[in-house]
Amino acid sequence: MIRFDKVGKRFGDVTVLRELDFHVERGERVTLIGPSGSGKTTILRLLMTLERVTSGTIHVDGQCLSHMRRGDRQVPADERHLRQVRKKIGMVFQQFNLFPNMNVLRNITEAPVRALGVPREQAEEKARELLKMVDLAGKAHAHPSQLSGGQQQRVAIARALAMEPEVLLLDEVTSALDPELVSGVQNLLRDIAHQGNLTLLCVTHEMNFARDISHRVLMFDQGQIVEEGSPEQIFTEPAQQRTRDFLQAVLNA
Amino acid sequence: MITINPCSAELPGVLGETMPFLCDGTLITLQSAIGGSVLAIALPVGLMATSRHRGVRAVARVYMEFFRGTSVLVQLFWLFYAMPLLTGFQLDKIFAGVLALGLNLGAYGSEVVRGAVRAVPRGQREAAVALNFSPFQRMRYVVLPQAFVEMVPPMNNLLIELLKATSLLSAITVADLAYEGRLLVNSGSDQLIVFALLLAIYFLLSYLITLLMRFVERRAARMVGRERPRRRAARAAEAAR
Ligand SMILES: Nc1ncnc2c1ncn2[C@@H]1O[C@H](COP(=O)(O)OP(=O)(O)OP(=O)(O)O)[C@@H](O)[C@H]1O
Ligand SMILES: [Mg+2]
Repeated sequence: MIRFDKVGKRFGDVTVLRELDFHVERGERVTLIGPSGSGKTTILRLLMTLERVTSGTIHVDGQCLSHMRRGDRQVPADERHLRQVRKKIGMVFQQFNLFPNMNVLRNITEAPVRALGVPREQAEEKARELLKMVDLAGKAHAHPSQLSGGQQQRVAIARALAMEPEVLLLDEVTSALDPELVSGVQNLLRDIAHQGNLTLLCVTHEMNFARDISHRVLMFDQGQIVEEGSPEQIFTEPAQQRTRDFLQAVLNA
Repeated sequence: MITINPCSAELPGVLGETMPFLCDGTLITLQSAIGGSVLAIALPVGLMATSRHRGVRAVARVYMEFFRGTSVLVQLFWLFYAMPLLTGFQLDKIFAGVLALGLNLGAYGSEVVRGAVRAVPRGQREAAVALNFSPFQRMRYVVLPQAFVEMVPPMNNLLIELLKATSLLSAITVADLAYEGRLLVNSGSDQLIVFALLLAIYFLLSYLITLLMRFVERRAARMVGRERPRRRAARAAEAAR
């Protein structure tokens, strides 16, 4: 479903990713862990086309993100191509990023209506189902600023799901929340992970959560995969010293 | 109920002899002000100034710098007096005035628009990309509604500037408010009264603009779920106590 081939990413002089190779199967749930600055967010942002690769290629469902075919040449992707590949991908951000100029319902329906051309009634019906699922059925007409962080993040999750993505990217979605709100969002994501056939790529510092939802864990350091394996293997008997150090640091935090 | 027409010649004394003329001037002032603000090309140029394309940005910048960097009066002279000499094409004086003010204040307005658009948090655009909005839709449904709130107060200042700047139009013989006032004084009306009336009329008009813009601001603030600025200030003051 997702394939990185020798992906490099530089910001000016800073090389964030170098020659990164990995792939994620359809329906697979993968968690990225690693110290701050190791490039986890960058990987998700590349997938969401918020950044462009410096070198190498990324394929999602067989389609290249950065280039497209014109005749028999590969040319940089234009906006139309990008919108085509973005259809398959959704993302939930650390800071929620709900639109303050819309109420909760609009936040969820606006993109399906505008970007996918779904009729508004149909989008609203779907949105109300999603709101029920995230346990906010009563808040359809609330304004984002009237919601707690946890509620905002659940709306953001519903908003992403309304676009029916095949791949969902989660970037530390609970780390901006007050501690007592974390478990609500995590439980929701756990349910979503286990009932759907979403392909999930998740960055988190919550190791229990990672263990619960993922098939596979990738440990990153300095833009490279240091170690990968099942959650049991990574969390109970990591092979690499750097993984051990990192887990030690996180668990003692 | 008796209604009094403030522009009537039947008003007692100096008022009756001056108000009809001042009202006439007011009308022109207003027209120029409105025409000027409509022409104020702030929105498109301001958006151009935030474009991804360097060429588009450059065009907007050149326009903004040029019209902010030269005086309105000189621009007026060019449009009205110099252009006919160069091109043989004489603009109507009202049109020239509106054009000059529009272009000049439009340059300041573009800066306001540009600043407000850039002030919208990056995460908002990124969320819109992630939801697969097209570039136009991102601007139209996400960025502009949020930027709009930020634009209103500086635009209010700008509109008042524009109102006051219309008195420059007398330089190309447009009969604006100040111009009518001077005519009245020249033809023997009481100076003090005429000038006091001028002051009052200008003030009332700009106050009207401010009231209108406050209304717009409140609506806009509510649209993005912000409290009214005054209430927020009051609450902050309370918290500080
Ligand atoms: N737009 C940017 N411009 C310059 N440098 C950037 C930019 N975005 C990221 N970086 C740099 O890239 C490196 C990797 O950043 P990234 O956000 O991917 O790390 P991360 O693994 O998500 O870290 P964290 O756990 O703190 O979120 C960092 O050194 C960061 O400073
Ligand atoms: Mg990060």
